[in-house]
Amino acid sequence: MNIRVNGQTLHFSKEKMTIIDLLSSYQLQEKIAVVERNKEIISKEAYRRTELKDGDMIEIVHFVGGG
Amino acid sequence: MLKIGDKTFRSRLLLGTGKYPNFQVQKEAVAVSDTEILTFAVRRMNIFDPNEPNLLEELDLQKYTLLPNTAGAKTAEEAVRIAHLAKASGLCDMIKVEIIGCEKTLLPDPFETLKASKQLVNEGFTVLTYTSDDVVLAKRLEEAGVHAVMPAASPIGSGQGVVNPLYLQFIIEQAEIPVIVDAGIGAPSDAAYAMEFGADGILLNTAVSGAKDPAKMAEAMKLAVESGRLGYEAGRIAKKTYATKSSPEAAMME
Repeated sequence: MNIRVNGQTLHFSKEKMTIIDLLSSYQLQEKIAVVERNKEIISKEAYRRTELKDGDMIEIVHFVGGG
Repeated sequence: MLKIGDKTFRSRLLLGTGKYPNFQVQKEAVAVSDTEILTFAVRRMNIFDPNEPNLLEELDLQKYTLLPNTAGAKTAEEAVRIAHLAKASGLCDMIKVEIIGCEKTLLPDPFETLKASKQLVNEGFTVLTYTSDDVVLAKRLEEAGVHAVMPAASPIGSGQGVVNPLYLQFIIEQAEIPVIVDAGIGAPSDAAYAMEFGADGILLNTAVSGAKDPAKMAEAMKLAVESGRLGYEAGRIAKKTYATKSSPEAAMME
């Protein structure tokens, strides 16, 4: 399936995938980050049960330097 | 003590975390500044480089309160989205509402700013709003329930210092919430000046991060804010046109 992550289309060969699978595949599971799926924030508790669908738009954001 | 919402702070200097020459210098500047509130922006993570250094991961979060900003937002809706993302980190409930209405001056869009501030107050955020030196807008923001107003001293990153002290003083006089002068500070004297005429705090970033020696400037700003505050509390003398002798006239030798 194709998922749009932070503005880039990424292809995954898996048929079933959750948010935690996506984060783990980039070693991001321990990071201080917030995940939005189709403009809806996914709580950390829901990472394991939230399945991704083809065409989903995911934003993975964090805090960066700013004034 | 500076009280914002239900939190109390010893330091009256709020420090931005953008644009430091490197990570080490940034950490030093933050430590020396003695700040308790650090601002951050919310942005996409570089998922292909998970080990990119990130200040937040090295901070003692017991020691600092995070003040994420909504920078990048041009509408109330975008600002509210960023605020929600920031809060979902579980690390903070404060938000700096910053909605730019003009790219050249980086002055805020007053309508969107008021709208977003109202909504976020209603949702239970502790709201600190970046605004211009507009006296009436500052009043409207206070009426909307924001926890602090943050008028700019001059345009963001310009280092021009306090360009309209009169309007800032009007804002301070009328406000019953903290007034934090945010943006435009260049030199320690700018920070001290705003504190002397009654600002409750100073938020700055470029003045420190862009200085030749950021850590030294962080210390200078810390001292300037403390000094300005002491001066305000002490109550300065009134200005007079002509001189007044400091030494007694009496008992002068013949």
